[in-house]
Amino acid sequence: MLLLQIDIAFIIEKLILATVILLGSLGIAMYATWGERKVAAIMQDRIGPNRAGPLGLLQPLADGVKLFFKEEIIPDSSTRALFILGPSLAMLTATMTSAVIPWGPDYVTESGRVIALQVADINIGILFVFGVVSLGVYGVMLGGWASNNKFSLLSSIRAAAQAVSYELALGISLVALLMMTGSLSMREIVEQQHGFWADGYFTWNFFKQPLGFLVFLVCTFAELNRAPFDMAECESELNMGYHQEYSSMKLGFYLFAEYINMFISSTVIATLFFGGYNFPFMDEVLASVGPLLFTIICVLVLLTKAIGMILFFMFVRWTLPRFRYDQLMKLGWKTLIPLALFNMLVTGLVILYALN
Amino acid sequence: MEKLTNRSVAVDRSPMTFSEKIYLPAIFKGLTITVGHIFKKKVTVKYPEQKRPFSPVFRGLHVLNRDEEGRERCTACGLCALACPAEAITMEAAERKPEEKNLYREEKYAAKYEINMLRCIFCGYCEEACPKDAIYLSETLMPTHYSRKTMVYKKEDLLIPHPQKQAGQ
Repeated sequence: MLLLQIDIAFIIEKLILATVILLGSLGIAMYATWGERKVAAIMQDRIGPNRAGPLGLLQPLADGVKLFFKEEIIPDSSTRALFILGPSLAMLTATMTSAVIPWGPDYVTESGRVIALQVADINIGILFVFGVVSLGVYGVMLGGWASNNKFSLLSSIRAAAQAVSYELALGISLVALLMMTGSLSMREIVEQQHGFWADGYFTWNFFKQPLGFLVFLVCTFAELNRAPFDMAECESELNMGYHQEYSSMKLGFYLFAEYINMFISSTVIATLFFGGYNFPFMDEVLASVGPLLFTIICVLVLLTKAIGMILFFMFVRWTLPRFRYDQLMKLGWKTLIPLALFNMLVTGLVILYALN
Repeated sequence: MEKLTNRSVAVDRSPMTFSEKIYLPAIFKGLTITVGHIFKKKVTVKYPEQKRPFSPVFRGLHVLNRDEEGRERCTACGLCALACPAEAITMEAAERKPEEKNLYREEKYAAKYEINMLRCIFCGYCEEACPKDAIYLSETLMPTHYSRKTMVYKKEDLLIPHPQKQAGQ
């Protein structure tokens, strides 16, 4: 009889939340493409897309329509099933990670019902994120291999090697953070960073783990296959990288998945290091505006942090040239992993001897 | 060997210092440069709405001129065709009949006058060669066409509108 006890309202609530988050992240990814072109243009003293709608705001729609109407080519020599699976997997993994991110504090309705602004508060939240993100590399590998093209294959090998190398440093830098928080749940990590200033020190993890943040940030760039680590794409060396044989919306899916990943990663960084939806003087704000408005403000704060992070990704992309492949590997294995290990060691010693 | 300029600099191959090795100062410096460009003036000219002014010596599409009474100035002397390095101009001369005095300025006129715009290089030698001030290069850009045939401009395409007819409409 347990089945009958499932709260129908709970299911509806989660369904609505999941839909909103999915559509929201798709929308933000869409406008990230627009934003990227605008940022690129502005940094090169140009104006950027300005024909489709005011300020070119309808440009993502135009791009989408264009991609859908393009001729779809599946090469004869490709492995058809895997060729289609590649972009699907990239898109699937990109949209899955948003499930464990806490978008705002719990909202308590007047009838006493608690609505959590998080699809699933699982106690291994951050592990789930990294599990799914590392699945994302299969999209690239399958795409590159199934294309039956040497350049695509080379590029996907590079991308896979890069992802594996940088995931190590990413994980180790995260371990130092998790040693401090003592929890893998995203919500608990955010709750520990409540406000901005408590007991004479900043609450945000960025101030407690600056070195860990640095390593994490660099590794995120590499995980996202973004410049200066865009080995997977390499338009100047490997033509277009793993998506050379792709056309139409399958190519669109790859490009789009990259932008969704960027948004989700920005949110994860904001959650882990910049206090998630917390902001300075939040208790005073809560007391003065009431819970509903407070929840909305919290969500907006998180989105602002995420968008700021996305802008930073874009600034870096249009500033730095691409790494050479051997330099990339050297940076990953010989610099970032020792740094992350050192950081973990120092954190452990501080927790052992200074805080006890 | 003697140096040609005093701008040559020896390549610095000394090992990188610590601040260079960790890249971060250089990355930060690069970021300040690119972020600084946000506040710089944009160089884009939004073309169909804004147009960059032509240089005073710009040479665009040809026009065949008329005099004050609206008579064609061209006498089909052929000097423009002779001056043309691309051999784009062809013409046929004809003699003016007495009743055509209001149409043509002198006794001889161009019955046919064609410029092949596919050959024309817009050098403006025809304008320089013309003794009657009949041909000018205007500030109009050359439009594109769908066929080669329409790229050959006839006299009707080249002549400027009749000043009196235009005023009267």
